[in-house]
Amino acid sequence: MAYNTSEHAAAVAHGHATSMGLESRKMAFWAFIGSECLLFGSLISTYLVYKGHSLTGPYPHEVLNIPFTSFSTFDLLMSSLAMVLALAAVQRGDMKQGKIWLFVTALLGLIFLFGQYWEFSHFVREGLGLTTNLFGSTFYVLTGTHGAHVTVGVIWLLTLWVQALRGKLGPQNALTVEITGLYWHFVDVVWIVIFTVVYLIQ
Amino acid sequence: MKSWLTTTDHKRIGLLYFWTAFIFFLVGGLEAVIIRAQLIKPDGGLGVSAETFNQLFTMHGTTMVFLALMPLSAAFFNFIIPLQIGARDVAFPRLNAFSYWVFLLGGLFINASFIAGPLFGADRLSVAPDAGWFGYANLTSRQFSPGPNVDFWLLGLQILGIASLAAGFNFIVTILNMRAPGMRMLRLPPFTWMTLITQFLVITAFPVITVALVLLMFDRFFGTHFFVPQGGGDPILWQHLFWMFGHPEVYILILPAMGIVSEVLPTFSRKPLFGYTVVVYSGVVIAFLGWSVWSHHMFSSGLGPIADSVFAGTTMLIAIPTGVKIFNWIGTLWGGQLRFTTSMLFALGFIAMFIIGGLSGVSHASAPSDLQQTDTYYVVAHIHYVLFGGTILGLFAGMYYWWPKMTGRMLSEGLGKTHFWLTMIGMNLAFFPMHFSGLLGMPRRIYTYSSGLGVTTFNQVSTVGAFLIGLATLVFFYNLVRTRWRPITASNNPWEGATLEWAIPSPPPVYNFTIIPTVANRLPLWHTERHAPMDPLPLQPPAPIHVPGGSWWPMITAFGLPIMAIGAISRTLPVVLIGALVVIVGIYRWAFEPFEM
Amino acid sequence: MSEQAHAQAHATTGTYLRVAAILVMITIIEVGIFYVPTFQSVLVPVLLFLSAVKFTLVVMFYMHLKFDNRFFTFLFGGPLLLALAVVISLLFIFYGAVRLRTGM
Repeated sequence: MAYNTSEHAAAVAHGHATSMGLESRKMAFWAFIGSECLLFGSLISTYLVYKGHSLTGPYPHEVLNIPFTSFSTFDLLMSSLAMVLALAAVQRGDMKQGKIWLFVTALLGLIFLFGQYWEFSHFVREGLGLTTNLFGSTFYVLTGTHGAHVTVGVIWLLTLWVQALRGKLGPQNALTVEITGLYWHFVDVVWIVIFTVVYLIQ
Repeated sequence: MKSWLTTTDHKRIGLLYFWTAFIFFLVGGLEAVIIRAQLIKPDGGLGVSAETFNQLFTMHGTTMVFLALMPLSAAFFNFIIPLQIGARDVAFPRLNAFSYWVFLLGGLFINASFIAGPLFGADRLSVAPDAGWFGYANLTSRQFSPGPNVDFWLLGLQILGIASLAAGFNFIVTILNMRAPGMRMLRLPPFTWMTLITQFLVITAFPVITVALVLLMFDRFFGTHFFVPQGGGDPILWQHLFWMFGHPEVYILILPAMGIVSEVLPTFSRKPLFGYTVVVYSGVVIAFLGWSVWSHHMFSSGLGPIADSVFAGTTMLIAIPTGVKIFNWIGTLWGGQLRFTTSMLFALGFIAMFIIGGLSGVSHASAPSDLQQTDTYYVVAHIHYVLFGGTILGLFAGMYYWWPKMTGRMLSEGLGKTHFWLTMIGMNLAFFPMHFSGLLGMPRRIYTYSSGLGVTTFNQVSTVGAFLIGLATLVFFYNLVRTRWRPITASNNPWEGATLEWAIPSPPPVYNFTIIPTVANRLPLWHTERHAPMDPLPLQPPAPIHVPGGSWWPMITAFGLPIMAIGAISRTLPVVLIGALVVIVGIYRWAFEPFEM
Repeated sequence: MSEQAHAQAHATTGTYLRVAAILVMITIIEVGIFYVPTFQSVLVPVLLFLSAVKFTLVVMFYMHLKFDNRFFTFLFGGPLLLALAVVISLLFIFYGAVRLRTGM
């Protein structure tokens, strides 16, 4: 354009000159997470409203595998730990550690997804399809939406990891990593709720 | 041309929103006129078939709510909000462009159903949505709606929801984070405040309709039974999810108009807004209560006495903050030096008509009385008094008020007053008799009625009114286009407004403010008892101002969404995947493109 | 800037590891009481409480809300409470209606 960069605009981009002194991207992302609460809230409501309303089996207690899902839950919790360690490393400029922990986070996310794939195909073999009964429909749509969120998170983390390998991610991108982390932890807390509401309270 | 396709300038995006939404408004109006023409005669009317009639009223409602009123408000959010808060643009200019393109393409997608029949092997040209604008289950199930009609509706609304959500995050951050120095929250102009509240409603309500539409999509595309009783599903759950979105949506439609009126009345009364803080807080209370009343749309579904009483109570409560606002507007007028410009007339019309709509609304709050009114023309009367008498009159007030700022040209006051009086007479002729035809037992959404019902005269009066509204809108349209060949140049501040948008030229330069002003009070441009007006801004920027360049990626990313929808509706997985690929590539290029803010 | 310095001052690697240990422990307890018949009568409230604790720990420490600007807590907490209200009221409406229909 016909106008040059001014210091003011650069300052706004880094959150120093904003009215609330907060980073705009981070604020938008927290608003997004708030919005996601209503998305998952509606899905969980649907699951609970239809709980016990299935006309035919299989019913939850016949298929849900608690030991296996406990492992998945543990896996996702550990990925959250890896994520905060990745962020801390990037913030202090330790990109060597940052790369490792970003990769570990993504890897644990992938393990979770493989677990979900195994779980879904196992359920289908046991006779619980998407359209078998209301339990099947609500279960697959709720956990599937969560799984889709994990998938997006894994792709996002791998993108950051590749950027880091190419030397294009540094402490100046700490905000980007922090926002990725917010997303990842949010996906984790949603799973904490799903694990309790769907798996443990049968 | 390229500069419009790639623009990230909030003012250009505002104008794009305005013209797109205005054209959809004309389309929705045309649908209404055909509906009313059909009903001018009982026993078969003018021969519009029941199927066509279903499509017309469904598309009229859907178009007006999602493609006309919301985006017309969005046109003002885009154009005016950054100016009112003293910013150079919104917080995320490319996301803003993305919202616009998604809205345009989503609107075109839904309306494409009018001519898509042959592609689906239908025996008629139009396969437009036909299950009503709130698409009640199980009318929308594959069993009762086998064609692509409802698929167009649900996929289109899903696309439009993405546009609204993206804009919601953008404007929340813009208003909170991009304010000029000294522009504290309680110095924000009321329109900006109402916009902020509206966006909070958008980001909380739209995820709920997203879920409802996803479940409906699974029912229709993959054979689940979320809303199908044969499989144990409960159609009432659809109503809950829809109205949990739908009632906040009502306030998403009305709060921006209330904000506009709260700008127009003080300017043309030459008085500060009476009880500014109370107006702001009652807006917050309306939004909060707006989330707690959804089931009053569902009294007739048999919720039981406890739920009925709770929702009746919360609904009556919401009349309090609304009434507070009305008293504050009247208080603003009291003792003011009134100037009856067209904008002011529309704002006054808003108050009067909205009171009528509000009163019939309170009569719905009483569950026993609502049972008599449900699904009759009485409800149609109510919704049109609040959405036409409220939102549209408010938006017209805003159009006359801000058109000079947006284009640098004044609208004709003579034509404007013709437009106003035709609209007022037309809308009361059209909608007032509906109270009577409704209470006499005329159901809404019926393509014809029996001459024995005794509602023929009321319907004929309504039809005459609808045609007057149509005529009035044409007068307005002529007034708009006339400014192109008969320009009357507008000054910086033609109405002597008090807020920051009037401190800069009309239309504003691309960078908006030569220097970012420092704000010391709520009425920076006015001389009041307590303060003098702020110093005029320099005519030239003291230093070069950075303006972000355009970007293709918001538009390209947006194109992926209707491609996915086309793939879904035609059951072609490869097309869905191509659409998804466009979205993914678009997002990556967007994220890694050098774009300086 | 200041908020990041803040977060670093308060949340160290040690804190993160301790939080992780507590999260894992709670998960073990959750799964444990799921299998103990004695707890069946109080299972639902106890499990809901424990998952709320886990939820809060992740949000406070891993998402830094404990150290970050309180406005973020509002942006997240407001909609979260709204979502919770939606779940509770829908459960009330549906199960209350069932009880009325069946006369229980």
